[in-house]
Parts: sequence; C-alpha cells; structure tokens
Amino acid sequence: MRITRCAAALAVFGLALAGCSSEAGNQAADSAKNTAAVNTATKFDEGTTMAKLSEAGKVTIGTKFDQPGFGLLNPQKVPEGFDVEIAKIIAGQLGIKPENITWTETVSANRESFIQDGKVDFVVATYTINDERKKLVDFAGPYYEAGQDIMVAKGNPEGIKGPDDLAGKNVCSVEGSTPAETIRTKYPQAKLTLFDVYSKCADALSNGQVQAVTTDNVILTGLVAGAPDKFELVNNPFTKEPYGIGLKKGDQKFRDFINDVLQKSFDDGAWAEAWDRTAGKITGTEAPEPPTIDRY
Amino acid sequence: MSTPVLFDVPGPRARSRARIGTAIGAVLIAALIVFVLIRLAGNGQLDPARWAVLFDPNSGVPQALFKALLKTLQVAAVGMVFATAVGLLLAVGRLSDHRWVRVPVSAFIEFFRAIPLLVVIFALYFVLPKFGVDLSAFAALTGGLVLYNSAVLAEIFRAGILSVDRGQREAAYGIGLRKSQVMSLVLLPQAVRRMLPVLIAQLVVLLKDSSLGFIIGYFELLRQARSLVEFFSRDFGSTYTFQLYVAAALFYIVVNVLLSQLARYAESRTRRSTKTAGTGDAELPAGVQMDASGGEAPPV
Amino acid sequence: MQFFIDNFDILRDAFLTTLSLSLLAGLLALVLGTLLAAMRVSPVAPLRGLATFYVEVFRNTPLTVVFFFIIFGLPQIDFVIDFFPGAVLSVGLYTAAFVCEAVRSGINAVSPGQAEASRALGLTFGQSLREVVLPQAFRTVVPPLGNVLIAMVKNTSIAAGFSVSELSSTLPRLVNANAGDLLFVLLGVVIGYMLITLPAAYAVHRLERKVAILR
Repeated sequence: MRITRCAAALAVFGLALAGCSSEAGNQAADSAKNTAAVNTATKFDEGTTMAKLSEAGKVTIGTKFDQPGFGLLNPQKVPEGFDVEIAKIIAGQLGIKPENITWTETVSANRESFIQDGKVDFVVATYTINDERKKLVDFAGPYYEAGQDIMVAKGNPEGIKGPDDLAGKNVCSVEGSTPAETIRTKYPQAKLTLFDVYSKCADALSNGQVQAVTTDNVILTGLVAGAPDKFELVNNPFTKEPYGIGLKKGDQKFRDFINDVLQKSFDDGAWAEAWDRTAGKITGTEAPEPPTIDRY
Repeated sequence: MSTPVLFDVPGPRARSRARIGTAIGAVLIAALIVFVLIRLAGNGQLDPARWAVLFDPNSGVPQALFKALLKTLQVAAVGMVFATAVGLLLAVGRLSDHRWVRVPVSAFIEFFRAIPLLVVIFALYFVLPKFGVDLSAFAALTGGLVLYNSAVLAEIFRAGILSVDRGQREAAYGIGLRKSQVMSLVLLPQAVRRMLPVLIAQLVVLLKDSSLGFIIGYFELLRQARSLVEFFSRDFGSTYTFQLYVAAALFYIVVNVLLSQLARYAESRTRRSTKTAGTGDAELPAGVQMDASGGEAPPV
Repeated sequence: MQFFIDNFDILRDAFLTTLSLSLLAGLLALVLGTLLAAMRVSPVAPLRGLATFYVEVFRNTPLTVVFFFIIFGLPQIDFVIDFFPGAVLSVGLYTAAFVCEAVRSGINAVSPGQAEASRALGLTFGQSLREVVLPQAFRTVVPPLGNVLIAMVKNTSIAAGFSVSELSSTLPRLVNANAGDLLFVLLGVVIGYMLITLPAAYAVHRLERKVAILR
C-alpha cells in the first residue's frame, strides 16, 4: 500500500517535471545522420558471400552497443559510432542501404561464436586482431590502431604515468577482455576489479572505488569526454591493438572485398570523414593516418 | 494476518509503551530518510533537471523504457504460460507409477534446480548453435526461464498433489475412474487451487528473472536502462545513472506488487473456501506450507 | 581434460569465492530473516509494518537492481563499500526477505494450542516465541529454508557483474581465452555449482527426516 502511495507521489512529481525539457532531450534529437554512399551498380561473381548478401539486399552486422564513439546504442535503438560508420561503408559497397542493416550486439565473449554460427555476416566491434583469434575467424583490415591506456581521476592524484605504476592499485576493466588479460599476465601486481561493462568502471572511478580504469585508449577517450571534470587520460598507450573486421574463417573472397573497400575509403576520404563525424566529434581530435591493411 | 494467539490484546500500559516506541521509531526512520535525502541532495542527485530526463519525450527515454517494459512483460508472459504447463506435466511425471517416466523426469527436475539460471540461458544461446540449433535471444531467454521455473513449479505442484486428502483419491478410484481421470479430474484441480499463492509468488520470481536477458543482449527493462546510461555517459558522464536505475527499479516493483496483490487476492479466495479457516496462513497442511514457500525462493 | 588441468587454479579460486560468498550471505540472511519474521508476528504494529515493507520491496526487486543500489547507490550518500562485502550485503539483504517469509509460514504452521499453552503458563511474547514457537517452527521450515538457501547459492552468480570473481565470472574470462573450449568452460562452472547445491540439497533432505515431527 505504501508503495502505491509512493508511486502516486512520484507521478505527481513527474507531472511537475514533464513541463520542463531536459538537457539530455536536446542532445538526443541530433542523432548521427548516415551519409555512407550506397553503390547501386554492384556486380559480384556467382556463389560469393558478396553476391549472396547483395542479392538479399540485407545484412546482419555485429557491433558493440556500449562504446561511446565506436558503437553506442541511442534511445531509438540505432547504434552510432566509428565502427558503425565503417560497417555502413562496407554495406554500401554491397548495395545495401543503412536501413536494411540488422545490428546485433556482439560482446567480447561472443564475437567468435556469432561469426562461426552465422548469427552475423561480419563483425565490426573494436575487435583486436590476434593470433589466438585468427585460429577461429578471419580478419579484414585493420581499419584502426588503438592501444591500451589508463584513465584516472582528474588531476591524477595517484600520479599514475604508466602500467608499472598500477602495482598495488585497484584497476578496473571488463572480465573476459584482452586488456584485463594483459594486466593479469604482464602486471600481476595490480589489483584487478572486473565488471561486465565499462560504464560501471567509470562509476567506480568517480566513486573512488578504484584508482584507475584500463582498456583501449579510444574507449577511454569516450568515457573522458562524458565527464571531463572527473576523469583524465594518462595518454601513454602501452600495447598495440589493431582493430579488424571479423568474418567466417576461410572466406578469402569476402575478406579481399572488404580489404578493397577499406583501402578505397582510406584513399577517397570517406574513412576520415566517418571518423570526424563520430569518434573525432567526441574527442575533438583530427582523423589519424589510416593503418596499413594486412592481407595475410 | 499474524497469529494473535501469541500475545494478549495489549492493555493501556502496553499500548502507551508501544506508542512511545512507535514515536521513537518513527523519528529514527524519519531521521534516516532525511539523512539520505540530504546526502543525495549534497551530491546533486535530487536536481530536478536530472530527473526531468525520465519524462522528457525528446530524450527518447520514456519511450525506450516503456518499450523495454513491454519486452519484459512479453518474455515473462510466454515464460509463465509454458513454465506452468510444463511444470504440471513434470509433476505428474514424477508421481508416475512407471519407473521409466519417473526416473528421467526426476533427474531433469533435480538438474535444473541445481544450476543457476544464468548458466542455463548462456548455454541455450551460445552452446546449442554448436549442435546446429539456433535460437533467437527471445527464444533462448524464454527457454531458460521455462526450463528452470518448470522444474521449480513441478515440485510445488507435486507438494500440492500429495497434500490432497488420501480419501479423495480412494473415493475417485472407488467410483471407477481411471488413473488419468483421477489425476486430471480430482487431484490436479485441488492441488492447483491450493498452490495458487505459491504459484503466483514463483511467477513473480520468473518475471524478475527475465532481467537475466542482459547476458544474451535481449533488451528487457534492465538492459535498456543500462543502455540509456551508457548512451548519456557519452555527453553527460554519470549525470543520469542513478535516476535511470531508480526508474527501472520502480517499474519492477510496481508490476511485481500488482502481481503479488493478485496472489493475496487468490489466497483470500482459497482461504474462504477451505474448512480449516481461522488460524491465518496456517490453513494448509504443514507439509504443503513447507514445500510451498520453498518454491518462492529461487533466483533473483 | 587438458583444459581442466590448465585452468584448475582459476576454477578452484572461483569455486571458493562462490562458497564463501554463499556462507556469509546465508548467515546474514538467516539472522536478519528470522528477526524480520519475529517482527512480522509481533504485537507492535509499526514493527509489523516495517517488516512487511522490507519484505515487499526486496521480494519484488530483481537482485541485479539491489546490487546496483548497494555498489553504486550507497556512494551517492557518501558510503563506499568494497565489492565482496557489497556482494555479501546485497545477496544477504535480498535473501533475508525470502527467509522471513519461510520462517513466518513456519510460525503460522505451529499449532495455535502451543502458543496458547505457553501464554497460559505466563510466558511473555518474547519468551513464548523463543522457547516454544520458533524451535518448532524451525523444524517445519527446514525444507523451504533449505530451498531458499540453495536458491541463494545460485543467485550469487549475479555478483559476477559486480567485480566478484566467483564461478560465473569464469565464463567470459575462460571463453575469451579459450574460445574453442566453450563446452568445457560451461561444464566446469556447472560442476562447481553442483558441488555446492547437490550436497546442500541432500543435507536438507537428511535434516528434514531427522527433525520432522509427525502430527
């Protein structure tokens, strides 16, 4: 009973609030506009993945839903970010419009399964290319090179300059991620605090429950951008994380096709433009030099 | 409600003592609430602008939360129907006279009661595809809820069937009913009615369990709240985190309290029709009560 | 097999974490739950109201949400708690509501004549509850209480999302490191839980037989 009364009180409170618009409302209104070119005159060899997808006119792409700047779901349930734009460029070259893309959330723990089981056609999800993963899936790209870095509270009260300073400190990351494994094996002195998502790490850092958050620098810059008065980046990347596009092992033709599309976007400026519109807008940084594609 | 036999109707002195105690207690609780509010306000959590996001349609938040609530209710409704049906079958199976039915059914029930639902859902979504069975997130979540809760409900129904007076069964056989008729016409209807409050309590648990859909990316209420938190963190840091989770919690509490209210109504209905009325909740035979509230327990 | 040998340490540590989390939270839930049950049958109306309110709130909120408020909500009132104690508190507070309901059903199942007789002997409310009713109530609630605690063991899996390295948290960790061995990882975790829940279920069953009172 008391609960119903509480709910009623809250509803009244809500009506009072409904009048005023919120800061968040004004921001959400300008969702990312998609501008990736759609190539309508596509022609692919019979039997290739490209022909199949192009024929169907739709594609299922795996990306992250929780990474500001790379793949972040907006309240309208459409993901936004650099990964998403790259995926749209590739889909566009298959003759598929952005509205015909089905976005599926892939997290670190399920990317390989999803590709192997065909739940997604390819994955663009801050997906680091490494030898262990190459045994299970193939990678096109890289299309970006990140590096593991550290985020600390504003003013860096603990004086953390690099991974060696993490000894004895509470360091936050995500369970099952490569950065967490790097800390575990290479810097065992650091005390790991592991959540399932990075947003919890940011909360823990602002509450003082941990002294540092570590993962790829691009993810951290996204978090810093949201609360520049609370967090800062150490800006001393200590690993190399080339992001690739994951696809089914052995699909050589599809991999070559994606590599060609990426190379073309590097050359004609579509890549840099995608960066400016997403990750670049958040961090305020210029598009970097595109990486060299690794046609292994 | 409670058992009044445990104490005398309080006299004047006891009443005044209780009044003083109540006053002190009320002051303490009020102080605690004020303390929490002051601390929250001190951290800026009560700023109306931070709560306005929940009601501002331009932010997309109210729409997203309502859609997510519908998805939660959807998965819970389908899960409830199937879990109840399968639970009934399992209960009957476990009481079967045939060993080849009883043993596998018992094993099934014990297995799913022994492992966390989180693991069941994970397995359905990520392991089954390795054997060529591909489930959508909705199917995997519903499947997990059904497998797990049907095992729990089976035990509840079994306790209900066993609690039906032996004379009922004997009389039913006596008038020449077949085994299946005795079960479906005599035992089950009484068992289900008797177990209704516990059944509904377990269904509340099922509804809350749907929040485990987050591990396979099903956008139920809690996952949607988290997604909104993440979306706004890009531009506003953790400005809206607390508010969004409070909203999600309130949704769950309101829906579940409504369901529990239904349970209480059902309880009062069944109580009215039993002969052993009088001693509050104790109208069920002790054995039933025991297994009964056990059923309320399982996860989340 | 090689997989289990390689990752034995990780699985063992996770198992021990789940076990200690379960034991501590279980203890908290039993103590608090019994107290709440006593409040729910007490002569003082506000105590009854308070206990009812507590039970309604915690029974109707998903455990994940409880975790959120303990781990990230408490710091908003300037009270920061460590992750493992936070997990014990979350699971304990949540389970206490269910323990309360189980114990209360047990108290109600004790024949009213018992309470009447103890009252006739001049025992106070506290005495008759302590000396007469609760000891009998605990016997009848062994099975439901056991079920509550076993369910609690499984519920500790939620702590994985809140920085407690218990059994379920090894799922993402080991899957990421050994993507090909998904089935083995899952098997390891399931066995870990069964090592706790099955013996617990057996113990409850034995205890139930031992203390059962025939009526």
